[in-house]
Amino acid sequence: MTVTAPRPAPEVGSARRRKEDARLITGQTMWTENITLPGMLHLAILRSPLAHARITHLDTSPALREPNVVAAFSGRDVADTQGGLPCAWPVTEDLVMPVHPPLAVDEVRHTGEAVAVVVARDRASAVDALAAIEVDYEPLPVVLDMEVALAEGSPLVHTDQTTNKAYTWVFDSAQAGTGGAVDEAAAGAEVVIRRRYRQQRLIPAFMEPRSVVVDASADQLTLWSATQIPHVLRFLLAVVTGTPEHRIRVIAPDVGGGFGGKLQMTAEEMIAVLAARRVGRPVKYTETRSESLMSAHHGRDVIQDLELSARRDGTVLGLRVRLTANLGAYLGLVGPGVPLLGAFMYNAIYKFPAYRFECQGVFTNTTLTDAYRGAGRPEATYAIERIMDELAVEVGLDPLEVRRRNWITHEEFPFTTVCGLTYDSGDYEAATQKARDLFDYDGLRREQERRRASGDPVQLGIGISTYTEMCGLAPSRVLGSLRYGAGGWESASIRVLPTGKIEVVTGSSPHGQGHETAWSQIVADQLGVAFEDVEVLHGDTRSAYKGMDTYGSRSLAVGGFALVNACKKVVDKAKPVAAHLLECDVSDVEFSGGAFRVRGTPDGGKSLADCALAVFAAHDLPDGVEPTLDADDVYDPVNFSFPHGTHLCAVEVDTQTGRVSIRSYVAVDDVGRVVNPMIVEGQVHGGVAQGVAQALFEEAVYDADGNLLTGTFVDYTPPSAADLPDIVSDRTETPAPDHPLGTKGIGEAGTIASTPAVVNAVVDALRPYGVDDVPMPCTPERVWQAIQNGGGRS
Amino acid sequence: MIPVPFDYQRPSTVDEAVRALSEAGEDGKVLAGGQSLIPMLRLRLSTPGALIDLGGITQLRGIRQDGDDLLIGAMTPHADVLASPLVRRYVPLLARATATVADRQVRHLGTIGGSLAHADPAGDLPAVAVALDATMRIVGPEGRRDVPAADFFVDYLTTALGPADVLVGVRFPAHEGWGSHYEKFQRMAQAWALVGVAAAVRRENGTIVEARVALTNMGPVPVRARAVELALTGAPATADAVGSAAGSAGEGTRPTSDLTASAAYRSHLATVLTGRAVSAAAGIG
Repeated sequence: MTVTAPRPAPEVGSARRRKEDARLITGQTMWTENITLPGMLHLAILRSPLAHARITHLDTSPALREPNVVAAFSGRDVADTQGGLPCAWPVTEDLVMPVHPPLAVDEVRHTGEAVAVVVARDRASAVDALAAIEVDYEPLPVVLDMEVALAEGSPLVHTDQTTNKAYTWVFDSAQAGTGGAVDEAAAGAEVVIRRRYRQQRLIPAFMEPRSVVVDASADQLTLWSATQIPHVLRFLLAVVTGTPEHRIRVIAPDVGGGFGGKLQMTAEEMIAVLAARRVGRPVKYTETRSESLMSAHHGRDVIQDLELSARRDGTVLGLRVRLTANLGAYLGLVGPGVPLLGAFMYNAIYKFPAYRFECQGVFTNTTLTDAYRGAGRPEATYAIERIMDELAVEVGLDPLEVRRRNWITHEEFPFTTVCGLTYDSGDYEAATQKARDLFDYDGLRREQERRRASGDPVQLGIGISTYTEMCGLAPSRVLGSLRYGAGGWESASIRVLPTGKIEVVTGSSPHGQGHETAWSQIVADQLGVAFEDVEVLHGDTRSAYKGMDTYGSRSLAVGGFALVNACKKVVDKAKPVAAHLLECDVSDVEFSGGAFRVRGTPDGGKSLADCALAVFAAHDLPDGVEPTLDADDVYDPVNFSFPHGTHLCAVEVDTQTGRVSIRSYVAVDDVGRVVNPMIVEGQVHGGVAQGVAQALFEEAVYDADGNLLTGTFVDYTPPSAADLPDIVSDRTETPAPDHPLGTKGIGEAGTIASTPAVVNAVVDALRPYGVDDVPMPCTPERVWQAIQNGGGRS
Repeated sequence: MIPVPFDYQRPSTVDEAVRALSEAGEDGKVLAGGQSLIPMLRLRLSTPGALIDLGGITQLRGIRQDGDDLLIGAMTPHADVLASPLVRRYVPLLARATATVADRQVRHLGTIGGSLAHADPAGDLPAVAVALDATMRIVGPEGRRDVPAADFFVDYLTTALGPADVLVGVRFPAHEGWGSHYEKFQRMAQAWALVGVAAAVRRENGTIVEARVALTNMGPVPVRARAVELALTGAPATADAVGSAAGSAGEGTRPTSDLTASAAYRSHLATVLTGRAVSAAAGIG
C-alpha cells in the first residue's frame, strides 16, 4: 500500500465520543456481579451491630442446618490463616499499626465490621441463613470523637494498644530549609487570623457496589473484583496469603466508579478468598448499598486548626496548620498518608514565606477512612481558600485582590514553593481573568450591593476558589521519601498486529474515566493509524501484568507519558523495516503524517501496516532486524502534575428558610493540553458535583453509640442533577513543559476546587448578618441557624 | 437486599382481596404500587407473610365525577392524577401536591391510595386530603364505610384501616374556582418534605372568604391549621394579613427532631411556608 492521502486531522484535541460508553451505560458488559462460574456459590456476611464489643459467644453451626447452606464460619475459625489487611503507607517509623483482620476475632471495633460468613447455593439462602448464626456481644466503651479519643484516659479502640493516636507527622519549612519559621512570621504580623474548619466525613458512594468473585481451584487463585487497583491487589494477595504471585490473576472487569473508594484491599475480597478455599468452589459476594455505605471506606473527617499571619496590605507571612485526622478503627491501605497529600498543598497558589503543618492520626470506633477523590488536597484547598476570604474581609480588600497579591505570577514559573515542590507551569492571571469575564464578576458584585441595600430576604453571595493541586501520582523517589510502600511509575505496551491493527496494554485501570477512547486517540496520532483500529486492554494482570493502576489523576499524566514513549519505540523499530520496503537507507526515512517516507519525498510512503505485514511474514528482513514492532515502556515521572484554575460560584440564600441555591457556576481549569475536551468537561462536571455535594448535601453521621445514621440513600444524600447548577466550563491552556503531550491531571480538580467556592459564596451572602462560617454541609437549617447566631443584620 | 420470603396474591376483585387479607390476618399486607413498601421489604424493616397486590383490580383505577365530588380510585397512579383535566379543574390542590411527589418513575408506579394508606407523616397527599375534607371509602369484612380524612390518619404510619380493610377510593369535594398551592420544603430535589403546607383559598374581590390549610410532617399525622384558617377568613388578601395569620401555623403541631431537621426549625419553617402557600393560593404578590 502506498500512502498518499493527506494527513488526517489530529485525534488529540477532538471531542471523540467514548468507545466504552455503549456497554457501560447499558450494563451489557462484564461487571463483576454479571460473572457466573460453573458451580459458583454465594456469600453473605454477618456484620457487627455494635461499634465496640467483645464477642462472648459465636456459633455458626445453626446456619448449616438452613436450606442450601454449604458452609459457615467466623473470624475465630480462620484466625490463624486469615492474615491481616495491609497498610501500604506507614507514614512514620513509630506508626501504631494494629492488626486488621478481615473477619473480626473476639472483638469488633466499628458497626458493620464483618463477623461471620455463610456460603450457600444462592444469595437469598445465604442472606436468610445469617439469622441463624448465634452471637453474643459484651459492649465495650465506644469512642467516636477525635478529641475525646486523644484525651488522657480515653477508652481505647484497640485495647492491646496504649493510645488512640496512630501518629504525628510534621512538616516545617524552617526545618526543611524551604522557608522561614511560622512563629517569627506570626510575631511580625499585623494581622493574625485563627480558624477551625471541619471536613465532615463523606462516603465515596460509587455507582457500582463492590463485588468480588474468587476461583481458587487447582493451585491457581483468580479474583475478579470491582477494584481500582488490580495490579497492587495481586502483589498484596501474594504477600498476605503467601500464594506465589505467578499463580495469582486479578481481573478488574468493567468497574462502575471508584473515586478512591475502590483503592483498597478490602475485608470482603479476603473473605471471598478464604471462603473459596474453604469450600473448594468459586464464590461470589456483592454488597448491598447499605453494606457499602456502612463498611466501604469513608473519606475526609478531619479537623483543621489554622493560623494565618499577614500584613495589613494582605500579604501573607506565614501559615500554621494543625490537623487532626480520623482514621477510623483500622488503618486503610493508604489512609494514614491521605493528610500528607494535602500537607504540600496548604500554600496552594501562593508565595507563603513560612509554613508549618502538623498532623495527628486518630483511631475511633468508626469505619476506616482512606482516599476519596482529591485525597487530602480538597481539605487543604478548602481551608486555605476559606481563610483567604477571611483575610480579605479583615484587611478590607476584594477577595480576588488578596489572592492576586499573594499568588505566583506567570513569569515566576517554574516556582519552588515553601513546601519544596517545584510548580512547573501555570497562569493564574489568565484563568482568573477568563473566569471573571464569563461570570460577570463585577455585575454580580453590583447586584449583591443592591440586594444588601434593599434588605432583600434573598441575598446574593459570590464565592472564589483559585486552586492548584499536585497530581499525576507520583515520582517514585518522592513516594519513597514519604515512606509510601510502592512506586509511582506506569507502563504501556503496544502490540502491532499483522494487519496493522493495534492492541494497547495499559497498566492503569479505568473505572469510568474513558481510557479506551483517550489512549486510542493518542496512539492514532502517534502511529498514524485509525482511531477505530486501536483496542485498549486493561485491568487483567494476565494481559496487563505490569501497572500501578488508577488514582490521583495519574493515568494520563504518568501512563500517557509511557504510552507516547512506547509509540516512539514502535516507530523506531519500524524505521529499518520501512527503509527496506522503500529501498533506502534507514537514515533517510522519516515518519510524519502517519507514514514512513524517504526524506524530502512528500508522495509515496509506507504505513505502519505495511511494516507490520513485513515483520509478520519476515521473509526478507534485513539482517539483525527483529521480526516484531511491539514495544513497551515504563515511565517514572520526574515531577507531579500541577493543574490549576479559578472557580467562581454565585449563590442565592433565602434568609427566611436558609435554603442555598446555586445561581451560576463558572469553572475555568488549566489542565495543559487536552486529549479529549468532552472527557475533560465530564471530569469537571462530575468533580464539581462531588465538591458541591460536600459543601451542601453530604455527611456521614454516627449516633452516640456509633451506629451509622446515614445508612441508606434516604439519609446519605448525594445530589441528583436536579440539585445541581448548570456549570459553565472553560479552559486556559498552559502546557506541562515536561510532558510529551503537555497534559496535566483532571480527575480530581473539580472536586478540589468547588467545595470552597460554594461555601465562600454562602458565607459571603451572609456577611451582613454577622456570619463568618457555616459548617459543612451547609444545609438550610445550618444556614438559618448561622443567621440566628450571627447577631442580626448589620 | 433480599426480602424475607412471603406469599403473593393478586386478586381481581375487592371482595377477593378482603377475603385474602382476612385469611392472612396480622401477617397480611396490601401492595398498592409498592413505592414505599418494597424498599421497606428489601431493608427487612417490614416482614409480612403475605402480600396482597391490588394491581389486578382494574375497577380501582380511574377518576370520575360524582355530583359535586370527584371520586378517585385507590389504585390510580399519581401520573394519572396529574394528567387528569377533572383533577386540575375541581381539585387543583391535589394536582399541585402530586406534582411534587418523588420522581417521575415513582409517580408512574405509586398510587394515591397507597400513599394515603401508608400515612407517612412526610407524605404530601395526606395533608391535601385533610385540608379539603376528603372522604376515604373503605371495604372490609363488614362491608363498606366512609371515613373522613380527619379521622383516617390515626398516628405515625397508622390509619383507621383494619387488617382486612381495603382503601378503595377517595372522594374529594370540588373546589372549583379556589386558589391553591402546595408549598413543599425539602433538602434534596426528590426527597420527602421537611415541612409542607397545603393551602386552598376562596377570594371574593379583595377578601379571603374561605381558607383551608393543612401541614405535612408537623406531627405524626397531618395537621389542619384551624387557627390560620380562622384568622384568614374575612381577612383582606394582603401580604400583611397573610403573614399575621401564618404566625399561628405552629398551633397544635408536634414536630419531631431528626437527622434532617430539628423541631424548632420545622416550627419556624411552618410559619414561613404557610405564609408563602397562602399568598400563592390567594394570588398575592
